[in-house]
Amino acid sequence: MNRRSILKAAGAIMAAAATAVAFPRMVFAGYNAKAFKNPKMDDSLNELFGSSTTAPSGDIKLKAPDIAENGAVVPIEISTSLKADRIAFMVKENPNPLAIVADIPAGTQSTVKTRVRMGKTTQVMAVVSADGKLYTASKEVKVTIGGCGG
Amino acid sequence: MSSIRIKAKERKGSVDVKTLMKHKMETGLRKGKDGKKIPEHWITDVTAESGGKVVFAAAFNTSISKDPYLAFKFEGKKGDTVKISWKDSKGKTDSAETKVK
Repeated sequence: MNRRSILKAAGAIMAAAATAVAFPRMVFAGYNAKAFKNPKMDDSLNELFGSSTTAPSGDIKLKAPDIAENGAVVPIEISTSLKADRIAFMVKENPNPLAIVADIPAGTQSTVKTRVRMGKTTQVMAVVSADGKLYTASKEVKVTIGGCGG
Repeated sequence: MSSIRIKAKERKGSVDVKTLMKHKMETGLRKGKDGKKIPEHWITDVTAESGGKVVFAAAFNTSISKDPYLAFKFEGKKGDTVKISWKDSKGKTDSAETKVK
């Protein structure tokens, strides 16, 4: 190895490091059993966001039915004007409250829509991480027939 | 045939993506006819890419309904491709691609 190739290699490493610093959010969480298979909401939040300190926010819109006749399919929609980088959704009294975590890269709008299962009437909560802080919006959904099997 | 159906439509610079994935999403709590619990088997990760860039990524728990539906929006234009792929708890994967209308 001569001097030129060493310099070249060092340059490549430094460029890679600089890219990593410039886009720390390009790493996606993926499935994390510690957060998902966890009956405690605070533990899940700590695992996902490194914090469980949340504040309610009026800037989050959480759409869910007041009464869900079928707990197996409850449509939910979360949207926010905050600059979210990650959105999570929890059903308080499900065996494992955390239902979904969505990563929102730059250029993607802070909105997510899906369908979840709910065991019984309980609070549902959207957690939005924006600018290093956690914001929440919650709502109670009445469930006529539970949808967690059993 | 792919297990994924995607609809992607552009409106004012924003692409509305709706996707349905066919998957039984077993919770591990349901009992079969023999009274034994059916083992859990569900989609854990869903990724959406457009033009080689990840535009949306989600992780699911077993509490996402059977045949998961997912909708999101990203900045894009007509003719862009959208690729959705999923991975389940048994390591199975599938993916599908469509063009933005």
